[in-house]
Amino acid sequence: MRIAIIGNGISGVTAARFLRKLSDHEITLISAETDYFFSRTALMYIYMGHMRFKDTQPYEPYFWEKNRINLVRDFVNSVDTDNKQLVMAKGANIAYDKLIIACGSTPNKFGWPGQDLKGVGGLYSFQDLENMEAYSDDLKRAVIVGGGLIGIEMAEMFHSRHIPVTFLVREKSYWDAVLPAEESEMINRHILENHIDLRLQTELKEIVDDGNGRACAVITNTGERIECGFVGLTAGVRPNVNFLKDSGIEIQRGIVVNEHLETNIPDVYAIGDCAQQNKPMPGRRPVEAVWYTGRMMGETVAHNICGNPVAYDPGIWFNSAKFIDIEYQVYGTVLAKAPEHHTAVYWEHSDGRKSVRLIYDKETEAILGFNLMGVRYRHEVCEAWIRAKTPIGEVLENLGLANFDPEFYDEYEADIIKQYNQQSGKQIKVKQKRGLSAAIKFLRKAVHA
Amino acid sequence: MSSNKSTDKTLVQKIGIGLFSLALLIFLASLSLSHYKIDMATLQNNLGSDYHWSFVQPEVAGLEGQEFGSSFAFLGAYEEAMRRAQAAIIKDVEENKGLTTSDGEYWSTILQDYKIKDLRFPLAKASSQGFLPSNVGLIFLLSIIMGIIGAFLYILPKTRLFPGIKNNHIYHSAMHNRGWLGIAAGVFLVGFYILLYFYPEHMVNWVLLVDPVSEALSGNPASQWFLYGFLYTIVILVMGIRMIIKYRHNRYQIIRTFSVMFFQTSFAFLIPEILVALNKPYFDFKNIWPLDYDFFFEWNIQNLTNSGTLGIFMLFWGIALFVVGVPLITYFYGKRWYCSWVCGCGGLAETLGDPYRQLSDKSLNAWKIERWLIHAVLVFAIFMTLAVLYTFLPPSGHWLNRTTLLLGASAAIAGIGYWFYQRNQTAQVVPTQALYAMLGGAVLIIAVIWINHASGSGNLFFVDSFKVRKWYGFSISSIFAGVVGTGFYPFMGNRVWCRFGCPLAAYLGIVQKFKSRFRITTNGGQCISCGNCSTYCEMGIDVRSYAQKGQDIVRSSCVGCGICSAVCPRGVLRLENSSVDIDTRTQALRTLHIAPEGVSLVQ
Repeated sequence: MRIAIIGNGISGVTAARFLRKLSDHEITLISAETDYFFSRTALMYIYMGHMRFKDTQPYEPYFWEKNRINLVRDFVNSVDTDNKQLVMAKGANIAYDKLIIACGSTPNKFGWPGQDLKGVGGLYSFQDLENMEAYSDDLKRAVIVGGGLIGIEMAEMFHSRHIPVTFLVREKSYWDAVLPAEESEMINRHILENHIDLRLQTELKEIVDDGNGRACAVITNTGERIECGFVGLTAGVRPNVNFLKDSGIEIQRGIVVNEHLETNIPDVYAIGDCAQQNKPMPGRRPVEAVWYTGRMMGETVAHNICGNPVAYDPGIWFNSAKFIDIEYQVYGTVLAKAPEHHTAVYWEHSDGRKSVRLIYDKETEAILGFNLMGVRYRHEVCEAWIRAKTPIGEVLENLGLANFDPEFYDEYEADIIKQYNQQSGKQIKVKQKRGLSAAIKFLRKAVHA
Repeated sequence: MSSNKSTDKTLVQKIGIGLFSLALLIFLASLSLSHYKIDMATLQNNLGSDYHWSFVQPEVAGLEGQEFGSSFAFLGAYEEAMRRAQAAIIKDVEENKGLTTSDGEYWSTILQDYKIKDLRFPLAKASSQGFLPSNVGLIFLLSIIMGIIGAFLYILPKTRLFPGIKNNHIYHSAMHNRGWLGIAAGVFLVGFYILLYFYPEHMVNWVLLVDPVSEALSGNPASQWFLYGFLYTIVILVMGIRMIIKYRHNRYQIIRTFSVMFFQTSFAFLIPEILVALNKPYFDFKNIWPLDYDFFFEWNIQNLTNSGTLGIFMLFWGIALFVVGVPLITYFYGKRWYCSWVCGCGGLAETLGDPYRQLSDKSLNAWKIERWLIHAVLVFAIFMTLAVLYTFLPPSGHWLNRTTLLLGASAAIAGIGYWFYQRNQTAQVVPTQALYAMLGGAVLIIAVIWINHASGSGNLFFVDSFKVRKWYGFSISSIFAGVVGTGFYPFMGNRVWCRFGCPLAAYLGIVQKFKSRFRITTNGGQCISCGNCSTYCEMGIDVRSYAQKGQDIVRSSCVGCGICSAVCPRGVLRLENSSVDIDTRTQALRTLHIAPEGVSLVQ
């Protein structure tokens, strides 16, 4: 069987790897972006000089040949589902028996005047990085539009090159649609202490042409004009599905798939950023452009194609990021605007760069989520507690099980418990300190339960 | 080339770079800040033979009073004079004493080549005169002290940055990405090691600079080895402070760096000097065989056994360290307890070498070479030691003699071979072919040593054990550990020796791999495959390849420096110990599930 995969990002590559593990099918992996798979999440580190491009490639070039995964560097102009072939921009058409579409996202543009000028760009693809690099020499100022994860990455990137940055955030506070107020405020402070010109509640109205087709300034909704040589558009991403318009594949925001990641056309699957679940799990969004969901979908689709039907199940939500110097981890349900039945214990370190928030149900006291800034927790332990609906008291007593900070770091469990005792009037004590042995024993029990 | 691809430097930092560069130039130039006038008394005293002196004296008389502009010219003239004296002595021995090369006395009477060579350093040191020898304090101040001040002026202002990972522009830097500065630094280091190991007579002015320090510590004048130990310690202390500032948000790094600074300053540098001052044997209590490859050489054993209770303690301490200390402590904490907390080579790698850690090769090929090479050095070190001991031990009589040594060694080889064979049956560690090659090699080695033993040659193998140790000393200890091990920091990263060559690291690694509580835990599914961990792994471990599979990292080479965990932007890695799952550490137990039923493990 001939399996074609459009896109060599984490989703497509995971699908290819698992198809090879499970079968002997002919696998063709197509990308217009790069010859080899690289980690998109590491683009910023190339720009900042932490890594070279080749360091962002998780597999050495021999890997593809050894695993008999054919790599094609070409752009798919369109998909001819009737004749089961891909119409390519440069090379000959590629026939397939099964098709996996894993073509990712593209940065959002909301019809701003000047959005297609030179010196305007997002940060998603390798070409986006090249574009940023091309305008970085002698850049006097960059303006970044959109207060999400990519926006702050881009701000950090320019900051590393000593380029002044103005960061336009539409919301009242950084990423406040996702982060609870205190954490969002912490990041505001951190952005400002890094001398990044953060403009909250400020929107882009227009990008100004310098007369030669290049951006030279932006005008905000307050009418202010900010001179700049580069405009970063980081107001989220959307599925990159334009080339599928006439393919007959059902598209809403993304490519619509069922729980087996099948589209409306037989033998055509979609995974990763470009896929839209027709029945998302409760509490999950239909399109989730996250690294690990792409990986999970890649693994799932391979099983489905190889005759082992499994439903896509991303499990309990988790994610992580790093806001300049502050690491962020989240497990479970953490909502920016907490619903009535949610309550939380929130502890913040006096240095203002670390915090722990445990969210639990007011009635049942079951733990719902963990929101961590500058503190690391064990994924599996948090997940086991959330899955078992463990009461907050028990979680707090055993909080050391979750502690994943490096050895010799301060342990904050006692402080968090103190905070909880103060607000609840209870008298909980630390029962379990940090340590791997206890965590393994706990997890073994949790798995058997 | 953009001008903004470098870190911001304050004025103070720029002054620091200037002072450091100036100090380095003065240090280099100080080799030429003297002239050479032969010091006859030193030559005569070091020669130690009136018979030889009677031939040498007339030949070198012509040099007396002559001023040589460089050590090269001076030693060239010395060499010529000595060769003439040597020829005259041989003539006298043959013609007047009637000895021939087949007489043992012939060899003990002539002036041998090694003697001429060994005299070069003390003679050059005593003969160096002029500006530097009369202004040692000033030049010490302008080179070493000013270098330290310059370095601190550059390092200390980094505290103005927020604590956190600061790897900006490492790959844009000519110093850290094999650019011209890196090449220059490498050439300097390689040159220094070549001088140190093979031509110390051309660096006597540097040794003169630290003479007062040596006198103060042990009462003896400095040798090139004192200079080396002194500079080594200074570098670890200065660059250790840099390391602490760079990772000041990370207490593991702070404590670990203090540890290597402490062990270098006390155990490696001060205590041995104090021991010498007290007329005790020079001894580094943290150096462990087989890294300390000459521990079982007869001169060391004799030296220790002739030094009273302390000497005997040192002998037993040294044996206990590798028999009990290494397996026990490595069981509890992994090889990091030594390699990145105690060891001197590790200490330099973790301080001076830290800016070069990203240059280690992460390819699969490098790993393959590493596994063969480091274990080959371990085998070489073991057999060299056996060969030396064999020659040293009496053929019979004492309970510990050549036969019992071989019996013990054969039993150990057979036991290890059997254990490894068993182990490989349960969990395949090496391919079957490699296993049989190893077992075959072991049988062959046992056969060879017993055949040789039967021949009664006094050698373990068919070659002289003195030659074997000489090869080891040259190829492994000087070239590999020194010239390549440190000189290649700017080319191949800071752990070339530790990764490819150190026999002790190989031994520690075997324990770590097979029986240790240590591992690096991967935090569930949080890995985003960015590659920071692999990039900054000084041992060239592809950490990411484990982390992205959700597998814990158990690798014999991991020295537990903790930098992968530090640079991870998503909090994925943690160095930790547990005996609960000690035999299943490498299983991908906690790999991402995709559905509650069915699919579970990812290979």
